[in-house]
Amino acid sequence: MRNAVGREIPEEILKETGKEAFRGAYAFDNYEYRKAAPTVHALNDPGRSKLVENIHEALVKCGIRDGMTLSFHHHFREGDYVVNMVMEEVHRMGVKDITICASSLGKANDPIVPYIEDGTITGLQSSGVRGRIGEAISNGKLKNLAIMRSHGGRVRAIESGEVHIDIAFIGAPTCDEYGNMRANGGKSDCGVLSYAMADAEYADRVVAVTDCLVPFPNIPASISMVHVDYVCVVDAIGNPEKIATGAAKPTTDVRKLMMADYCTQFVIHTPYFKEGFSYQTGVGGASIASTISLGKIMEERGIHMGLGLGGITTPMCELLEKGLIKKLVDTQDFDLGAIESIKTNPNHIEISASEYANPFNKGAYVNKLDFVILASLEVDVHFNCNVVVGSDGMISGAQGGHPDTAAGAKCTIVILPLLQGRIPAIRTDVTTVTTPGETVDVVITDYGIAINPRRQDLVECMKDVDLPFCTIEELRDKAYAMAGEPDAVPFEDRVVGIIEARDGTIMDVVHQRKEFSF
Amino acid sequence: MEIKKTAMAGTLESSDAQVTVEPGEGGIELLIESSVMYQYGRRIRTVALETLNRLGVTNARVTIFDKGALDCTIKARVECAVYRSNEITEQLPWGGVIR
Repeated sequence: MRNAVGREIPEEILKETGKEAFRGAYAFDNYEYRKAAPTVHALNDPGRSKLVENIHEALVKCGIRDGMTLSFHHHFREGDYVVNMVMEEVHRMGVKDITICASSLGKANDPIVPYIEDGTITGLQSSGVRGRIGEAISNGKLKNLAIMRSHGGRVRAIESGEVHIDIAFIGAPTCDEYGNMRANGGKSDCGVLSYAMADAEYADRVVAVTDCLVPFPNIPASISMVHVDYVCVVDAIGNPEKIATGAAKPTTDVRKLMMADYCTQFVIHTPYFKEGFSYQTGVGGASIASTISLGKIMEERGIHMGLGLGGITTPMCELLEKGLIKKLVDTQDFDLGAIESIKTNPNHIEISASEYANPFNKGAYVNKLDFVILASLEVDVHFNCNVVVGSDGMISGAQGGHPDTAAGAKCTIVILPLLQGRIPAIRTDVTTVTTPGETVDVVITDYGIAINPRRQDLVECMKDVDLPFCTIEELRDKAYAMAGEPDAVPFEDRVVGIIEARDGTIMDVVHQRKEFSF
Repeated sequence: MEIKKTAMAGTLESSDAQVTVEPGEGGIELLIESSVMYQYGRRIRTVALETLNRLGVTNARVTIFDKGALDCTIKARVECAVYRSNEITEQLPWGGVIR
C-alpha cells in the first residue's frame, strides 16, 4: 500500500513485520501503551563480584545462545572496538542467528561483515550503517530485514518492547567494579553515554566493558550499577584518536559559506529568533559556519540561546563559554572540544536518548526546538528527505536524530548543495524517504532557497527579505538542467531493509541492489 | 577520423572524466566506468557515441573513467583525445565538428 509520503510498502512486508504503514508525523499523539520490562537477576549477596575475566566469561554468564539480541552504543564512533570484540567472541563460540541492535554502526565495524555472511549475525537494527556493512545489506547478504531507526525511534522500540535486548554491552570510558559507568576520566573518553541508557534499563543482562577500572564509587554515574550485571576489563574499548578528533576547521569553501550566510539570514528574520530561543545544528561545514555567523549576530544584538541541543561540536561550546548559550544539552560529542566542555562547564549537561528524542515518552527535548539545521543526501519536491540510502542505491548513511528533530522543531532548515558531484540533490523522487516533508520547512541550496508551501507564515515573514527564494520545483529543474535527469536506480524485488518512522510505522523500504547493465 | 595512436584526455579529478582512445579492431568498442553509473551510465554512453559519430570515428577502442563529469565535459574529453590521437592540437575546427 502507499503510505502518507507516497511510498509503496509491499503487503508482505507489512505482514512479516506486523508494522503499519506511515500515517503522518503526529499520528500517534496521546498513544497509550504499556512499557516493556527486563528480566532481572538480583544481586543480593554482598560477597558476589561482578567482575569477569573476559568477554567470553561475560557471554557465558549471561547465557548467550542462538537467536539472541545484543545491543551496543556508538559513542566511540569510528574508534569503536566493543562491537567487534564481542562479535568476534560470539563467532568463535559458534553462536548463530544473532540480532545486533546498535544505536549506530560505522566503518569501524567493517570486521563484522564476515559474521553476516556466515550466519552468526542475521539481524541488524541501527540508526544506519556505513562502509562494508551497508554494502553487505544492500547486496542481500543479511538474512533478516535490516531496520533503520532514528535515535528517538530506537528508544521507543526498546521501551515499547518492539525490540527486546537480551544482553547489552556498554563500553564505558571509566567504570568501577560494581558497574557505575562514566563517559570521562579514562583513556577513551566520549563525553556522554546517552544512547546506552535505554539499553541499561531494558536489557535482561547488562555488561559494562571498560579499559579504565576506577575505585568505587565512580559517581556521578551516567549509567548506574543498579542496571549492571557484569563488569569486564579489556585492554582498549576504542581508539581515542578516532573517538574524538580535533574540531573541524571552519570551512573556507565559498559555496558552503554562502549557504551558511543564507541560513543565518533566514533564521534571524523568523519570529523565533528572540531571547531564549532553542537551536540544534549538525556537523557539516555549512551548519558549523552558520552557527559561527549566528553567534556574531547574537552577540551584536544581545540575544541568548536558552537551549543548545544535540550532537555537540566545539563552536556550540564556544558560544556557551561566551555566555551566549544558557544550557547546552548533550547526547553525543563530535570532537575533543565538546568532550572537554562537558567535563568542565556545569551548564553543559548529559541527557538520555529518550529525553532527547523519544516520541513515545511524555515529551522530549526535540519538541522544544525552535530551529534545527540539518543536512540531507537528497530532498524531493515534496520536501521529503533521504539520509540513509545513497543515490546509487547503497545503504551508506544513518537516520540519526534527523526525523526526530525535524518533527520537533518549529523551523526545520535543510542545507545542501544543489548538486553533489553530478548527482542532483533536489529531485522528483528521493531514493528512500527517511524524514517526511511535512516536517521540513526550508531547503537552502547554493542556487536558491525554497520554503515549504505548508509554511505560509514563513513565506509571509520573508516577503521583504533579500534572499534568493524560489520554489522547490525550480531548484529541481535547475539541477536537472545542469546534470541531466538521473535514471532511476534499478533494484531487485527483494526488500533487504526498512526505514522505520520514529513512531514505529514503515516510512520506506530498501530493496536489494541490482548489478548495472546497459 | 581515424584513431592513429593511443591518446588520452582528462583527469580522474571529481567532476571530470579520463578518456583514452586506441586504434580499434573493427567498430567502436566502448568501456565505461563511472562513479555515477547507475544514474548516468546510459547518458554517458549516448554522449560518447554521439561525439565519436560526429567526429566520424568508426573504428576505436574507447575507455572512459568518469568521476561525475557533466555531458559537456565528457564531450570535450572525447573530442580532445580523438584529436590528440591524430596529433592535432592546434587549428581545431571550432564551430565545425567541434561544437
